[in-house]
Amino acid sequence: MLSIKNLRASINGKEILRGINLEIRPGEVHAIMGPNGTGKSTLASVIAGRDIFEVEEGEIIFRGKNLLEMPVEDRSSEGIFLSFQYPVEIPGVSITNFMRTAVNEQRKYHGLDPMPANEFLAKMEEKKRMLDIHAKLANRSVNEGFSGGEKKKNEIFQMAMLEPALAILDETDSGLDIDALKVVANGVNKLRRPDNAFLVITHYQRLLDYIVPDIVHVLFDGRIVRSGGKELAMELEEKGYEWIKAEA
Amino acid sequence: MENDPNNILDEVTKGEYKYGFYTDIEMETAPKGLSEDTIRFISAKKNEPGWLLEFRLNAYRKWLGMTEPTWAHLHHPPINYQDIIYYAAPKKKKELASLDEVDPELIETFNKLGISLEEQKRLTGVAVDAVIDSVSVKTTFSETLEKQGIIFCSFSEAVQKVPDLVKQYLGTVVPSDDNYFAALNSAVFSDGSFCYIPKGVRCPIELSTYFRINAANTGQFERTLIIGDEGSYVSYMEGCTAPMRDENQLHAAIVEIIALKDAEVKYSTVQNWYPGNKQGEGGIYNFVTKRGICKGNNSKISWTQVETGSAITWKYPSVVLMGDNTVGEFYSVAVTNNYQQADTGSKMIHLGRNSKSTIISKGISAGHSSNSYRGLVKMTKRALNSRNFSQCDSLLLGDKCGAHTFPYIKTENQSSIVEHEATTSKISDDQLFYCNQRGISTESAIGLIVNGYAREVLKQLPMEFAVEAQKLLAISLEGSVG
Repeated sequence: MLSIKNLRASINGKEILRGINLEIRPGEVHAIMGPNGTGKSTLASVIAGRDIFEVEEGEIIFRGKNLLEMPVEDRSSEGIFLSFQYPVEIPGVSITNFMRTAVNEQRKYHGLDPMPANEFLAKMEEKKRMLDIHAKLANRSVNEGFSGGEKKKNEIFQMAMLEPALAILDETDSGLDIDALKVVANGVNKLRRPDNAFLVITHYQRLLDYIVPDIVHVLFDGRIVRSGGKELAMELEEKGYEWIKAEA
Repeated sequence: MENDPNNILDEVTKGEYKYGFYTDIEMETAPKGLSEDTIRFISAKKNEPGWLLEFRLNAYRKWLGMTEPTWAHLHHPPINYQDIIYYAAPKKKKELASLDEVDPELIETFNKLGISLEEQKRLTGVAVDAVIDSVSVKTTFSETLEKQGIIFCSFSEAVQKVPDLVKQYLGTVVPSDDNYFAALNSAVFSDGSFCYIPKGVRCPIELSTYFRINAANTGQFERTLIIGDEGSYVSYMEGCTAPMRDENQLHAAIVEIIALKDAEVKYSTVQNWYPGNKQGEGGIYNFVTKRGICKGNNSKISWTQVETGSAITWKYPSVVLMGDNTVGEFYSVAVTNNYQQADTGSKMIHLGRNSKSTIISKGISAGHSSNSYRGLVKMTKRALNSRNFSQCDSLLLGDKCGAHTFPYIKTENQSSIVEHEATTSKISDDQLFYCNQRGISTESAIGLIVNGYAREVLKQLPMEFAVEAQKLLAISLEGSVG
């Protein structure tokens, strides 16, 4: 589904990603762990297409298409979803309006007519129920005045609405209390299907108790220095990152 | 859902100024230029009583001694007032019983604008007094209104039908020598709308008038007079679209509102005159004087405007809060793009005790445009315990446009409270990336963000206007970020 080869990327001339290789197949959940400042969020941003990063080398192929040649919105319509670490506020724009615009722009990209309003509203209801999200969320402005937990739940809700092939969760667990974390993890688990995949970026092993990964990668200094099964996460939790640093 | 943001955004991509066409209807016009003769010609054409001709001539004589104001933050080449035709009217004018009798070309124009009278009549419950150029062509719903004693007709008609009412109130809110453009209008105004709501009557429908400039070199000088008698209520809407033109067209309108004791008048407008092309050529010069007076105690006047058009906008809808416990409101969204210039805001003059006013102004500038808020809040000695709250926000798109705020505050008593808040912001890259990541194109994202920014004002508009306004905001900012 996603194939990253020898990806090098920099910001303001400073190289952050220094040769990433990653293969994700449908139905898989991958976790990327690592100390702060090793390039985890940069990897997420580069896949999504944020233009402040310069791709120096390498390729990202997503379902047979070269992502690096596509603008951000096309990557999204192709099925890439990024759950932001710090979701931005858009004052005055209701989540309903925001989501309708997103859903229908994606449909337009695929040559489909806009979703009828009643169908759309029904879908919103269904997803809210599924994710156990408070009804009021939908009428509030996007992320405006949301608590940290609400913002992350809102990201998961948007993910459920857009039904991406690949969802990247960038530090979704940061700033969440245990209850919010469960809601988020529960949502992700409900959305898992044989034909979609998840890339979970996290600093702590805690989230992986709830979203169980198939493969865990350790990112250090812009490279994936180790990959393994879920037991690798446990090992990291036990030994800390110093052990990896020493090895690298 | 009519206000589907995606339909709106579809339209955004269509490009050129959508209403840039004009109708070819035989015109009967005054000769170019301004003189006492022109004014006599206009007055005679309209079969006006002597006092009104005198009103016009008086204004003209005052105007001759006045000079164009230069204090606004606006730049334009000098206007040649002798190169303007001051009167034009569709020639075929007779009483019409049904739409079938209306000039088919005119119907076509309405259809292009999406304001088919028939549809309006049947579906929306809105009475439309459609003004093409200067003479009112068709008034609908007048029967329904008549039953309640409401008078809603063209200004010329009102002069014939209710001359005493017109005489009593004309020029009482905006004196004929109030300012240069008001004097010009008072001298040459051709037509406009008149509205009177009798005592205790709540007008059951939104009143709406569509103005349209439709002939080359014809200045537009509408005159609107709205009177809310004691305890009455009316919501009045005015909307504008103008055909594409190469030459600048002058537009100098006056709107006067009188609210008597316990009356409430709500005036909403979407202004979309031709703004000129992307190089800043052409476009309407819009010099408007709009003022209301809360004459009786407990009365209320509310202005809501969405300004997206015109090369130049010079406009300060104001309220004189004369009675005690009166309320004045001003909600504005002003968009400027390319080389548009806007100097707009409001004046709240507090004379009555416990009077309250609110000013919410949202400026959006893009391209090389200039967008200024200019406002005056005045608390006189008598206006004890009065309050004003002003909020002036500016949103900048790109780095070649300008936003300016000129708030004037004068307080002559100790018990009143005046608050002024102002912010300037830009659409952030983070916001755009967030929208893009959800599949929303940058153009659509700007439409979305801008509509969100203006929501506080848009929600003041009647529903059908809010929809139109949302579309206009998106269309006006098309291509502003690249």
